[in-house]
Amino acid sequence: MSQKIHIRTASASSRVRPLATTEKSYKIFTPGEVVIKEANTNFVRGHGTYEENGDLKASVAGVKEQVNKLISVRPLKSRYNGQVGEVLVGRISEVQQKRWKVDTNSRLDSVLMLSSVNLPGGELRRRSVEDQHMMRQYLQEGDLISAEVQSIFSDGSLSLHTRSLRYGKLGQGLLIKVFPSLVKKSKIHFHNLPFGVSLILGNNGYIWISPPTDNTDDNVGGFVQNLEEVISKDIREAMGRVRNCILALAENKMMLFDTSIVFAYEESLKYSVAELLLPEAMVDVALLTQHRLSMLDDYEFE
Amino acid sequence: MSLCDAEKTFILHGVAENFRSDGRDREGYRPIEIETDIVQHAFGSARLRLANTDILVAVKIEVDTPLPERPFEGKIEFFVDCSANATPDFEGRGGETLAIELSNILASAYKSPKTFNLKKLCILKGKKCWKLYVDILILECGGNLFDAVSLAVKAALFNTKVPLIKSVNIDGDNVELDVSDNVFDCERLDVTNAPVMVTVCKIGDNCVVDPNLAEEQCSVGSIVVAISQEYFSTVTSIGIGSLHAQTLCSSLELGQKVGIRLNEALMDTLSHITSDQDFGFLK
Repeated sequence: MSQKIHIRTASASSRVRPLATTEKSYKIFTPGEVVIKEANTNFVRGHGTYEENGDLKASVAGVKEQVNKLISVRPLKSRYNGQVGEVLVGRISEVQQKRWKVDTNSRLDSVLMLSSVNLPGGELRRRSVEDQHMMRQYLQEGDLISAEVQSIFSDGSLSLHTRSLRYGKLGQGLLIKVFPSLVKKSKIHFHNLPFGVSLILGNNGYIWISPPTDNTDDNVGGFVQNLEEVISKDIREAMGRVRNCILALAENKMMLFDTSIVFAYEESLKYSVAELLLPEAMVDVALLTQHRLSMLDDYEFE
Repeated sequence: MSLCDAEKTFILHGVAENFRSDGRDREGYRPIEIETDIVQHAFGSARLRLANTDILVAVKIEVDTPLPERPFEGKIEFFVDCSANATPDFEGRGGETLAIELSNILASAYKSPKTFNLKKLCILKGKKCWKLYVDILILECGGNLFDAVSLAVKAALFNTKVPLIKSVNIDGDNVELDVSDNVFDCERLDVTNAPVMVTVCKIGDNCVVDPNLAEEQCSVGSIVVAISQEYFSTVTSIGIGSLHAQTLCSSLELGQKVGIRLNEALMDTLSHITSDQDFGFLK
């Protein structure tokens, strides 16, 4: 029953982990490095760059992205920069007058207005003074929500909304945090994986793993949590495996989307869930996933 | 970080089921990474990483006079620094209480001569002794701080090299020490009995070891046991909450069992460290 305790020695040479090989390798710019020499007229300065002595230089560490004349440098590690319409997972950090403050891994706490949530009890209800007093009963500090970016304030903080039955308070499950840049943008961010786990890949790098949801009776707007329900061992195991797989992929800087997670899950089946915490197993799973992804015809490396 | 009730329920049920959220059972320990001899100016050092917990320990040595009531013994002192890099809570004086708690537990765990023999550090009875300053820097907090700190301290002490003294000249009250000129002429400390600490966390009706941050939040009470070989050297409870006598006994048993395994694993790893390893955070 009892697992062996693994204590390994680390040295500088062994710490550089083998990156899962990609077919293309990208040049990584470091802050201050010249991205384009003498970029006077032909180029437009984008995010992550600045101009000095006529040269365009990188202000963050990352890869170059070019859209026509617009040059930007996209960093691997950064806070979340929101865009309207993106799906996120966030944690309530404060209850204020008519609004909740939400931690969404961005530079400033995001805001969820009382007027941009669907309150239990119907669409066309006027939000009254009683609702303001009841705010903590709907969502209190520490609660997790899924939401969508409604607009961006002038200071860069995000305004969220949960005005859809998909969004709202999250129930039982577990949250993991990865770099926001590793979550691939797609049309669908709510996934029901084939092995009995549902997943919300938040664009802000917060990933919510929960037992499978039945979409049929989900009509309360998401303000109830079922604390009595005990999740069966099988589902729990699948959830733990998905968690460790996602962390293995993130550790090896691989993009996270439904296919990569399903592949990683399938490749990880030769290990027990707890074994997936070991660095060797993590690299192995990531490499095998990378290999399978590269066999897909329509897969483009990003 | 605060968890919502549903997340806590999930963790609670997981512990009851003996299958935690990362797949470990209740006695399971996360993999540990250890590195010794990484601070060149120190007499001994170690860095330990347990998931997200990151600890750096350096040992410095000075010549001191023994305490009058213990003329045959050297001294050892622990100092913990909670870096504000670890969590924003440590900013200013925020980490002070935790730091004092940690250094007190370490001091009491190393107090008994059966765990760490201070007599080896005596140079001249009542006049001169070595004093070890063990500086512990917490770089990142990912739960289970006490265990990680005790393991890192043990590894750093294992790595410590005490300079060899060739001769002692006594001239009245003046004592002169003649330290060997060769830098490599030094003695290792004996740390076979040095204690390792195990935090046993009570979550729901069961006890777990090596809790992560989320699990620590769900715990109603936890005890720290320091195990030297198979004996207890210190037992304390941390945080609020009390334990039933029966739970206490079972958690002590669990702590002892895991402590022995942990100690074996650590000593095994330390004995396999070769001296020609490259070191450093970045390379």
